[in-house]
Amino acid sequence: MALANDTIKTRLTQKFGEALSQWEEPYGMLTFTAPKDLNLKILQFLFDEEELRFRFLTDLQAVHYPNDKGRELAVVYHLHNLVDNVRIRFKVFADIEKPDVFSATALYQSANWMERETFDFFGVNFIGHPNLIRVLNVEEMDYFPMRKQYPLEDQSRVDKDDDMFGR
Amino acid sequence: MTDKTTDHIALPEGSIEKKTNTLNLGPTHPATHGVFQNVLEMDGERIISATSTVGYIHRAFEKIAERRPLYQIQPLTDRLNYCSSPLNNIGWQLTCEKLLGIKTPKRVDYLRVIIMELARISDHLICNSIVGVDSGAYTGFLYVMQYREMIYEIYEEVCGARLTTNIGRIGGFERNFTPKAWKRLEDFLDEKTGYPAQLREFENLFTRNRIFMDRTIGCGPISAERALNYGFTGPNLRAAGVDYDVRVHTPYSSYQDFDFTIPVGTTGDCYDRFLVRNQEMWQSLHILKQAYKKIQEFKGAEAEVYHADSPEFYLPDKKDVYTKMEALIYHFKIIMGETEMPKGEVYNSIEGANGELGYYLISDGGRTPYRLHFRRPCFIYYQAYPELIKGGMLSDAVITMSSLNLIAGELDA
Repeated sequence: MALANDTIKTRLTQKFGEALSQWEEPYGMLTFTAPKDLNLKILQFLFDEEELRFRFLTDLQAVHYPNDKGRELAVVYHLHNLVDNVRIRFKVFADIEKPDVFSATALYQSANWMERETFDFFGVNFIGHPNLIRVLNVEEMDYFPMRKQYPLEDQSRVDKDDDMFGR
Repeated sequence: MTDKTTDHIALPEGSIEKKTNTLNLGPTHPATHGVFQNVLEMDGERIISATSTVGYIHRAFEKIAERRPLYQIQPLTDRLNYCSSPLNNIGWQLTCEKLLGIKTPKRVDYLRVIIMELARISDHLICNSIVGVDSGAYTGFLYVMQYREMIYEIYEEVCGARLTTNIGRIGGFERNFTPKAWKRLEDFLDEKTGYPAQLREFENLFTRNRIFMDRTIGCGPISAERALNYGFTGPNLRAAGVDYDVRVHTPYSSYQDFDFTIPVGTTGDCYDRFLVRNQEMWQSLHILKQAYKKIQEFKGAEAEVYHADSPEFYLPDKKDVYTKMEALIYHFKIIMGETEMPKGEVYNSIEGANGELGYYLISDGGRTPYRLHFRRPCFIYYQAYPELIKGGMLSDAVITMSSLNLIAGELDA
């Protein structure tokens, strides 16, 4: 019997109570928000629990919401239960001034580079990561390029001399 | 150095010399097939540790995508895994369709399956024949190369391009398959003169070849548990014995209508990965035949359908643009990227040629994605490379890298 979203929700609520919020099911995938200090406890609980068995970290990345003061950076985890073939997603929010989130590398080897990528582009500081350095950008870079305050070049700008490029 | 593995090397008392050598393999090295750098710590010819450096061809696709309407992101996906661009293209279209709620007709699904399976074959045949090249057997590579050419000619007939295809559109294909395209597909599938015969020949050259077996068996192995922990997907995970395939677990594009099996290996070494890929090519050929048969069963108006009815996102016919007001408006809005998309977040994945290729798309109701993330399978499983090659020979490291099917474009996004 496939694992239903309601069952997952009930089990998580039993364990963590009111700490988990914003339950949604966009396009069928159970999504919730958790306090950032609980992220490892939730991952471990989802991993260990015989009924839930979310033991595959599909994806880990961040999103920047500059208008959401105090919780600008969202770190999003996508987990997959390969036995029952159910996916869930959960988010933790961090303050951009102090973006400390616990690292999942002890539980998932695959989190290593995914967290490095997230650090590289958003500056999320993963506490407990064995080697938190930039992975895709150059090491000398002193900003986090995927944050929203760094826009792409405006295509309609006129102050630039593009004669050489035939635009 | 206090590393136990080098204790057998005796250096004179008080020597400050290292017991190991540092070897820089890459970023441009003939044996790495792409821009990969590995700094290896070597004891003679044995690898003690490795550090991978990636990012040499990082092009910030995720950032660029935040300024582009959906249809303009598709050419970016071409450049992820460029050995099988149509898979990336169609994966992206399926993601957009999921967000926009577009339902595609069955015929479109089957046409897509044909293109996707051709792409899978073209990717696997390159990977497997390169494993052959790296183990010293160049012939197989030359044998199968002309069949990739045949696949590229089919792409060419469908969309006009060969490598970075930008094939299809949100909702379907930009034009129907021509009779020439079907002819080429028939030629490709022909049992006697087409790819099946060649693949059999290729297998004869390699599968029970003593030299090839000695070179690949036990080379770069990984257990199922480690593979899952490292986030392996695709043929590399299946070679380790886990039968996870997105086509079966979460069928998309009507894969549930097809009959095929998932080949699995046991040890997860280079040889198993090779066998799994070969077997997958046979399964792909099997799917292609079924899809071709199903396509021929469509009669009347249904047999001409090649796109969904979604005027807001699918470009209207050119003659309608010139004669109909509504079509002109849609044409303008699509080209200028002025169509708002619904608010929402969607994760959609397909079985790419080297693993689960995922697209995580967040829309805030604007014209461009708020955030787009590509789950690139190679980026995730390349982390395991130092563990796979540790303790092995340098030449094993080369063959392990090619059998993992790493594509630099996908790795660095």
